[in-house]
Amino acid sequence: MSSFSPYDPVPKTNAVHTGSVLLTNNVGLHARPSVRLTQLAKSFGAHIEFALATTGPWVDAKSPVKVMRFKAAKGETLHFRASGADAAEALAAIVALVERGFASEAEEASQPPQG
Amino acid sequence: MEKRFAGRPAAPGIALGALFSLTTGTGARVASGAAESEAEALRSALSAASTDLKDLIARSTGDAAAILEFQVALLEDDVLAEPAFSAIVAGRAADSAWLDAMQQEIAGYESSDDEYFRARAADLYDLRDRVLAHLTGSAVEAAVPPGAIVAAVDLAPSRFLGIDWSRGGALVLTAGSITSHVAMLARSRGIPAVTGLGVDLAELSGLALVDAHRGMLIVNPGPATRAQFDRDAKAAATAGALAAAAAIRPAVTADGTPIRIMLNVADPRELADLDPAICDGIGLVRTEFLFHDRQGFPDEEQQYSIYRRIAEWAQGRPVIIRTLDAGGDKPIPGLTPAGESNPFLGVRGLRLSLVQPDVFRTQLRALARAATHGNVKIMLPMVTQPRELADARSIFEAEVAALAAAGIPARRASLGIMIEVPAAAIAADQFDAEFFSIGSNDLTQYVAAAGRDIGAVADLADPTQPAMLRLFRYLVDTAGARNIELSLCGDAGGDPRAIPLLLAAGLRSLSMAPALVGGAKLAIAATDLDSLAESEPWPT
Repeated sequence: MSSFSPYDPVPKTNAVHTGSVLLTNNVGLHARPSVRLTQLAKSFGAHIEFALATTGPWVDAKSPVKVMRFKAAKGETLHFRASGADAAEALAAIVALVERGFASEAEEASQPPQG
Repeated sequence: MEKRFAGRPAAPGIALGALFSLTTGTGARVASGAAESEAEALRSALSAASTDLKDLIARSTGDAAAILEFQVALLEDDVLAEPAFSAIVAGRAADSAWLDAMQQEIAGYESSDDEYFRARAADLYDLRDRVLAHLTGSAVEAAVPPGAIVAAVDLAPSRFLGIDWSRGGALVLTAGSITSHVAMLARSRGIPAVTGLGVDLAELSGLALVDAHRGMLIVNPGPATRAQFDRDAKAAATAGALAAAAAIRPAVTADGTPIRIMLNVADPRELADLDPAICDGIGLVRTEFLFHDRQGFPDEEQQYSIYRRIAEWAQGRPVIIRTLDAGGDKPIPGLTPAGESNPFLGVRGLRLSLVQPDVFRTQLRALARAATHGNVKIMLPMVTQPRELADARSIFEAEVAALAAAGIPARRASLGIMIEVPAAAIAADQFDAEFFSIGSNDLTQYVAAAGRDIGAVADLADPTQPAMLRLFRYLVDTAGARNIELSLCGDAGGDPRAIPLLLAAGLRSLSMAPALVGGAKLAIAATDLDSLAESEPWPT
């Protein structure tokens, strides 16, 4: 699923993309979601940061240690900002992951259709 | 020059072999003093720990694998060890730098208001210790030569189990306690052990002789000592062969009374080479080991798989599994209260389970699920008053109902109590338990107000003194009147000197370390209850 290889030339761009999403899963941004979130972030070349408020503090969204330190609970809003060649794509993928409760796309596909 | 060191006998037996010193975990590492080599040591420990975890993931499924994947993710994040590397540059040794960095990280989790995040501290403890084990070279068990006299300051149960004892050997600890888990494991495996030698580990090298009956370690034994050892070893081999032959026969007294023989175990690995036919079941599974070995608490799946293995080994025979008996001489960091002035009289056993119901519920769920694979019974430790049994029972029944509602196979196993608090022993008729098991070690200590690991008063903690035999007789009568099973699972149950007195008091089911079964069966065969009944050693 990775569209990034460390050998790709990264075009210089200063455009910063931002996105935010409500955390809806019951136990919050805990171990497994943090691992999934950071793994997804690492699959992009973009520099991606994460915060619980638009005012920061911003931390590297590719660091599970830092993401876990936020102890984000259900009902909080997660803010992301990204810069780099695939920044827009990265943000869209991350927001989608949070929206589907951190299920992988395969798991999502195997769920029975809802109501 | 022959040198003699006196300690305390922790597991009986004698052995002759080369001393092999094992350094222990925290603090035993010798720092290089150079920042670059300390950093390199930490880097390779981190990478080795990561390799371990990936091997474990390959062998795990479901929740267990997910937990390990989380640990790998943290470990591979440079942020985790960053403060440790900075401290190393500032002159700190790798192990203390790592411990400090992890302590900071762990404190962040432990201070969380969210129970879920607090629980993840266990993963960080696990990570901390895994890396530390690589730093301090604890991962060297495989290198212990078979038959060696293993010397250490103290030894974790998992490290004892990691050593190949198939060719004998012995364990000598410069610190340690005879009531520690490693001492129990040594007794269980029949490995001679001496604790509390109070000597510097560096003094222990060369050929050595262990006389664990007397608690002696003799380094560089002279010709006279060697000759005596050869005679003792010959006598022990004869006695051992007799016991081994007796172990597979049924336990019957000289007058023809059948006795039930049960095993005390802690880890399914202890059962690996045992024939279930030597026993009538398992009278005590100590579950503390699961919680001790890894600092982090085992999840429901891990516990279920371990309990299930033990239940399946027993092939339909009863398996009595004791719920977590933490506290007292078995503190568990992060679970048992720190700073109690007298932990033996504090929050331990079931008392702790009732104030930490999450850990208790997880264990009860795992037990109810394992009970579908064999004749599992659940025993509650340190019960003092009937309401504690009632509270535990309602928690258990709620968990069984929840499992049933979720469609997970589970069974409401019978719920019994360990009789080890004098209040429960004296008023046993007040407890509607489904079985009783006498924990004679703690019961004796509490009745006699004397610790058996305190040399000066150990004689007072005699499980066959009149006060104890009276209690045993009362418990036999009470269990008989209520028509429930009664067994005894303390060390007295496997002690050939105590066995005739226990049988005379009316006990008919004894639980003991596997290595003691043969000797116990010989002692039972030599006991004639008809003649003993006339000479009751206690006033009625």
